Amino acid sequence: MDVRRGQRTVIDPKVRQVGFVPAGATRPPARSHSVPTDACSSSPPAPELPLSGSSLSPVMIPPPRHSSADGLPSLSRSAASPVPIPASPLRRDTVQIPIGSYNPSESVLGSSPMISPSSRLDAVSEFSDEVPTSAWLGRSGSGKFASSFPSSSGEMMTMKITGGGSGGGGNTPKSSLTTASVVKALPGVSEKDRGALIEVQNEGISKPQKQKTSKAERRAIQEAQRAAKAAAKEAGEAVKPSASSGGALPASKQGKVVKPSSQKKDGPQVTAPVVPSEKKVGDRIPDKDRKKDVPHPRMQFDDKHRVEKAKRRAVVNQSEARNRVELFRHLPQYIHGTQLPDLESKFFQLDPMHPSVYKVGLQYLSGVISGGNARCIAMLLAFQEAIKDYSTPPEKALVRDLTAKISSYVSFLIECRPLSISMGNAIKFLKNRIAKLPHTLSESEAKSSLQSDIDRFINEKIVIADKVIVGHAVTKIRDGDILLTYGSSSVVEMILLYAHELGKQFRVVLVDSRPKLEGQALLHRLVAKGLNCTYTHINAISYVMQEVTRVFLGASSVLSNGTVYSRVGTACVAMVANAFQIPVLICCEAYKFHERVQLDSICSNELGDPDVISKVAGRNDLNHLESWADNENLQLLNLIYDATPSDYVSMIITDYGMIPPTSVPVIVREYRREHLWI
Amino acid sequence: MMDFQVVVLAGGTAKKLAPLVSKEVPKALLPVANRPVLSYVLELLESSNLKDLIVVVEGEDAALRVGGWISGAYVDRLHVEVAAVPEDVGTAGALRAVAHHLTANDVLIVSGDLVSDVPPGAVAATHRRHGAVVTTLLCYAPVSGPSDTGSSAGKDKVKKSRYNIVGLDPTRQLLLHIAAGAEVEKDIRVQKNILRAVGQLEIRADLMDAHMYAFKRTVLQDVLDQKDTFHSIRQDVLPYLVRTQLRSEISANGLHKVEDNANGRVSSQNYVTWMSQHREIAPSAYQELLALSPRSPENALRTHKCCAYIASKSKYCARLNSIQAFSDINRDVVGEASHLSGYSFSSQNNIIHPSAELGSKTTVGPQCMLAEGSQMGDKCSVKRSIIGRHCRIGSNVKIVNSVVMNHVTIEDGCLVQGSVICSNVHLQERVVLKDCQEFGVCSSCCRSHL
Repeated sequence: MDVRRGQRTVIDPKVRQVGFVPAGATRPPARSHSVPTDACSSSPPAPELPLSGSSLSPVMIPPPRHSSADGLPSLSRSAASPVPIPASPLRRDTVQIPIGSYNPSESVLGSSPMISPSSRLDAVSEFSDEVPTSAWLGRSGSGKFASSFPSSSGEMMTMKITGGGSGGGGNTPKSSLTTASVVKALPGVSEKDRGALIEVQNEGISKPQKQKTSKAERRAIQEAQRAAKAAAKEAGEAVKPSASSGGALPASKQGKVVKPSSQKKDGPQVTAPVVPSEKKVGDRIPDKDRKKDVPHPRMQFDDKHRVEKAKRRAVVNQSEARNRVELFRHLPQYIHGTQLPDLESKFFQLDPMHPSVYKVGLQYLSGVISGGNARCIAMLLAFQEAIKDYSTPPEKALVRDLTAKISSYVSFLIECRPLSISMGNAIKFLKNRIAKLPHTLSESEAKSSLQSDIDRFINEKIVIADKVIVGHAVTKIRDGDILLTYGSSSVVEMILLYAHELGKQFRVVLVDSRPKLEGQALLHRLVAKGLNCTYTHINAISYVMQEVTRVFLGASSVLSNGTVYSRVGTACVAMVANAFQIPVLICCEAYKFHERVQLDSICSNELGDPDVISKVAGRNDLNHLESWADNENLQLLNLIYDATPSDYVSMIITDYGMIPPTSVPVIVREYRREHLWI
Repeated sequence: MMDFQVVVLAGGTAKKLAPLVSKEVPKALLPVANRPVLSYVLELLESSNLKDLIVVVEGEDAALRVGGWISGAYVDRLHVEVAAVPEDVGTAGALRAVAHHLTANDVLIVSGDLVSDVPPGAVAATHRRHGAVVTTLLCYAPVSGPSDTGSSAGKDKVKKSRYNIVGLDPTRQLLLHIAAGAEVEKDIRVQKNILRAVGQLEIRADLMDAHMYAFKRTVLQDVLDQKDTFHSIRQDVLPYLVRTQLRSEISANGLHKVEDNANGRVSSQNYVTWMSQHREIAPSAYQELLALSPRSPENALRTHKCCAYIASKSKYCARLNSIQAFSDINRDVVGEASHLSGYSFSSQNNIIHPSAELGSKTTVGPQCMLAEGSQMGDKCSVKRSIIGRHCRIGSNVKIVNSVVMNHVTIEDGCLVQGSVICSNVHLQERVVLKDCQEFGVCSSCCRSHL
């Protein structure tokens, strides 16, 4: 993190390290976004591809894994064929993969430059090998819950009763309470307790319930898989010592878990592999690690069956909007305005939720907190509160139980609003810290250590990172510059203010867009501090761009192919700037980097409230679309994010220095393990 | 439970409802559709999974009665603690008396005479979401007075006292001004600094303070401690907090006191709440706060938030604080808000207890209720009225828009319209009662034409 060294000197050797990634793979031409065949032809031979590709939407690029799996059809089939399809949900997923269901998270892994085809295949077969084990784990977990349930609830009851007694009997000077009625069976308490347990239990049980194979069948499956695995190993002789792939990728797996996919279902499964992997040493670890390599498919919201299932579990009432744009049906879109009142009225019914987490969820839902950093900090502070108030239930281990708790909080937050990548990374960090807690620590020590970890994360990864970024970026501002920024980015705001404090003479062009008009608040603050600003909407971008000398943009995330994932409109601004050959500087903290690769803004995005784009506040004469929401011919699309191809990005300013977009994977790979995980 | 504690202020023997309530029947036990009014609140809370309640009753006797009734009706369902406070201490005094029992972060205070189906969770959640000091439930007041009888002069007065003058910000979430309608003479005063801070103030006169408040406990206790003269939550504490929201003395002082007592832990708590408050205002303010944090955050703590939750118009919400309201609520509970009563209505949209006896040619119209053991003679007609237990009603009696409590005897040929008849009243033959809202306790009446 040497800031003074020049950009090229830092980067060059690292770039060479990443060199095994062909430039074409990391930075596909922007054209190929809409041409699937183009992308396919660049990947290894794919005999069945046209078939699988035909089911895809024209803009989606099939992940290379298909082709690799198809390229070795005998192996993948031998792994898949002996398995009856409805064996288990997990199993079904793995079967589906070669068939060609397209999942963004899959593509992440599949097209990730870090995995060689052989190791990937290995991961697939390993994964299928693990199925019975994971099912067994789930069962044992649920059994344990069931057995511990009566005792724990009983204890809760007695505690509650004594508490009530002391409250009533405490001879207080002012007025004493007389207990008028006591719930004898304390149904409230036991119900509460049960509710919490049922939720946990559901997580554990969901798998075994669906697993209807008999023992013999399972054994047969296992045998077949083992054989397939052996064959795979022989075939792919260059199986890497799984340290490189297995080491770098558990992170990706954990990241997937955080995604809205099948979050609750994954809960115990995440905790399970983490915990035993510490105790049991030996050949199991690589297995488990590799199992994690296969990402969980993200929830596809056009899959009615799974949406229904998820809805039943959901805490937040989610009524789906009806008219959704065809291309974005896989993203969740709910009728806005129905969730908040419903969640609010259920305030007291959600016992397992910690109040501070609940509060943050409400704030996400109502849009009070927005912006990657703010949301991440709010979430971490809520978790910190929750950890402070946490106490391990009897007969449970803190590591497991707390991880499950955090997972349930996270799934609640996802229901309120899909996670940002920065939050995903922070959750990953926290779970990692929990898993790595030494067993010798007492509960209070563990809790305080986690709390200080969270503080440190906020401080180092966000606050200090921002300061470093500001320090870097200010060097790029010269007197007489005209700086353009888009929307409202906290880092860019800091940069501008700091440069102003340093006495640099520059002007700011603030480009904003409907419907959020976030820029106005920023404009207000900048003008109040005495900066010279021009405010315009994005429609005028091509005109204003002529006079601009630098473009500073914030980002929600930077992906490992250099794609900048940011507020919708950023790509447009960057593209126009590129056309005018004006440098585009992206300011983004390194904790927002993600190893995912994304080529378009379709497969992973967020949909906002469609009403806000159809209505103009305060202009009743313009509301031509009023009550048109039910018209079948009208589909409103309010995208929140877009992806800026790395071609348009001149430089990314991060806390590790100023880097070209091609160097993002280096940061992700080199600094993740040592620094992000601290 | 979500760090909330619930206090139900059940009142005592309110003077406003003078003949209706008495030593025997404290306000909380006043029957609404033959159920004590307190049961509506308790069931509302129970449906929100709030089962640990503190019920504060004025007067020892009343407390005993209320406690006795609760323990009978809610055993095994709720965990209720009843606290007796001296009479005439007001709502603020009542809270002072139980303040030492409050430990949770926030306190939900509900008036015991509230008949409503607004989920308390919504108020609590709004309170939490904004990190407010106080959140109050505002609702559209129900239509007052019987629609078919014209007593417009009295109605206006009633209306005025029920509504509040409420000032809201454009998003209708922050409470910027509140005054009871009756207190407002001609002009209202709004602080300039509040106006300046919000830019736009929406003043409404169609909302009613429903007496359901969520308070931050520390602030509430500080206000109660420091302002000895405060008598009522509605008239003193809430307006005080609303008035001082931009130059908050209480929260600043209070929090500092707490900080002195327990160093470190509490201050970090403040730090977090402060952080969250400010992040809402300026998304990027968090780093300013970290820059500021070494210094004591007293400057920034000068403000607090007062919020309002406005119930939607479809929700029923009424307070039993006048005799007019009593008859209105009785009418509504068997009428438009019938889901509140908890009874199942017959196909004629009325409730007639199986043990009630009806004479020949007697008609009981829709939106009526006839409780157990009541007897009616021939050719009677009951419309939109509630008749309590064990009433004896002779022949040719007409009861319209009225509430007849328990053990009332009405002899032949009476006409009762728009009236409330208390328990044990004996009406002799051919009495005509029109719009007589408080017919005395245990009095008997012969042939009076009122």
